[in-house]
Amino acid sequence: MGEFFTSVHLEEDLCKGCINCIKRCPTQAIRVRNGKAVITKEFCIDCGECIRICPHHAKKASYDSPDVLNKFEYRVALPPPSLYGQFNNLEDVNIVLTALKKMGFDDVYEVSGAAELVSEMTRAYVANHRGKWPIISTACPTVVRLIQVRFPNLIDHLLPICAPVDLAASTARKKAMDKTGLPSEKIGVVFISPCPAKVTAVKAPIGIGHSEIDAVLAMKEVYPMLLPLMKKSVNDIEELGISGRIGIGWGSAGGEAGSLLTDNYLAADGIENVIRVLEDLEDQKFDQLEFIELNACSGGCVGGVLTVENPYVAKVKLKRLRKYLPVARTHLDGNQDNKVEGYWTDDVKYEPVFNLGKDMREGIANMTRVVELCEKFPGLDCGSCGAPTCKALAEDIVRGVAQEQDCIYILRDYIHRLSNELSKLDRKKE
Amino acid sequence: MKDTEDKITLFYKIPGNDFTRAGEASSNVKSKLKMMGVRPDIVRKVAIAMYEGEINMVIHASGGTIEVIISPEEIEMILKDQGPGIEDIELAMTAGYSTAPDNIRNLGFGAGMGLPNMKKYTDEMSVESQVGIGTTVTMKVKII
Repeated sequence: MGEFFTSVHLEEDLCKGCINCIKRCPTQAIRVRNGKAVITKEFCIDCGECIRICPHHAKKASYDSPDVLNKFEYRVALPPPSLYGQFNNLEDVNIVLTALKKMGFDDVYEVSGAAELVSEMTRAYVANHRGKWPIISTACPTVVRLIQVRFPNLIDHLLPICAPVDLAASTARKKAMDKTGLPSEKIGVVFISPCPAKVTAVKAPIGIGHSEIDAVLAMKEVYPMLLPLMKKSVNDIEELGISGRIGIGWGSAGGEAGSLLTDNYLAADGIENVIRVLEDLEDQKFDQLEFIELNACSGGCVGGVLTVENPYVAKVKLKRLRKYLPVARTHLDGNQDNKVEGYWTDDVKYEPVFNLGKDMREGIANMTRVVELCEKFPGLDCGSCGAPTCKALAEDIVRGVAQEQDCIYILRDYIHRLSNELSKLDRKKE
Repeated sequence: MKDTEDKITLFYKIPGNDFTRAGEASSNVKSKLKMMGVRPDIVRKVAIAMYEGEINMVIHASGGTIEVIISPEEIEMILKDQGPGIEDIELAMTAGYSTAPDNIRNLGFGAGMGLPNMKKYTDEMSVESQVGIGTTVTMKVKII
């Protein structure tokens, strides 16, 4: 692992070198070089858009195999609410939770339970930090990373509270240690993830020193394993659920903000929409809002690239599932411990990965070259050079990772000139 | 575009006929400033001041031009238009005073904070205006 970890990566053999992914990437992190896509790791925010768009399925997310369970003596599953949206006609989340135990887990801890704690903490934080309004949700790791590298003025608005999955992990670990007497390393806390960004959040967490999650499984791999086990669970359902409407609601867009019991919020989903909201927010266009919920995936977590069901269908399913649940079932118990633990421990610092120079002087000089180069290029953004736009190619050249003749129009002119020169030489000889 | 070694000039034509494109120039400047390594608090000031100016041009003057001169010491914005001009500059600088038409107000603009915000977010600002000829606003944000 280098300085930058990303879960999204390329399976080279499958890559045909087409330009679908470079065009789709919201941070322009991908180039095609020597016929293969290359991801610039420091630019990648693990949104998974390239996985979605790649027609050859060459983009993959790295996650653990279910065999990872064998490494631990006692295993706890952390199922997120988006998981429940994957199944047809599910009336009771306990069927999924019981099936997880049949799959090899010793216990389960619903992430939606921890989400209800985060909601309570957030309500208090928002009320006590008027000066930081609008507070920006930090549950989606892609959004947090995006802000860290591209929106330095918004870092101060980030909600400094752990994502539900991290709070679930630390609570579940403590519970397991108390129950079994085992040392921490023999306990495996395993998250079932809808997206690659959560894998990255475990390996390279932001805001907390380290993650209590030991392994991350992909929802799409767990799904087929659970189906037969759920059938078997129907007759001996264990009462394992700890969340209500609020917790389950977190699985789709608007659920987190809705849990704050105020109307004064904005919720946006889909990475392009998120970027637009952040741009406007940076220009102080909505300072009257209390809270902003942002999800990189359309539809929220149910729209993650590691899910199975259509996100909008999954959202309907979650809505049905919530219908007769109490508003919330997990609450802060009043002891301060819980609260202190749920807060971020580390400051988030701006990482200007997109900078063109080491200081402003160099930045200005390089930007001047970028502007000059852009005037030379045809402005077609054809992608033939391997960069998504002419401007991106210009930036690459300035950064020293590409050259002018990567542009096929420049190359054509160059060849024309060359052949003219040659024919002139030939004529002279005659 | 003429540029000395540590100065860059960015030039924008602001179309006056298309309100949906208002704000594009300031957004472009913002992203370039960030890439050049300009301090985040400076970027914010420039982006807000220029956005307000750009919107003003579109609302009142059917467009114009914006020149942004960036050096390591300061960022200067020169906004020129051939609009109706401002009759009483002092009055226009008053928070809450607006001459924006209703259809613009319905879009959420015209709160009368354009010029006051431009002044608030810059270190120097001057407005030269002649009725029937046009307006030039010069703003500076100091870095050092």
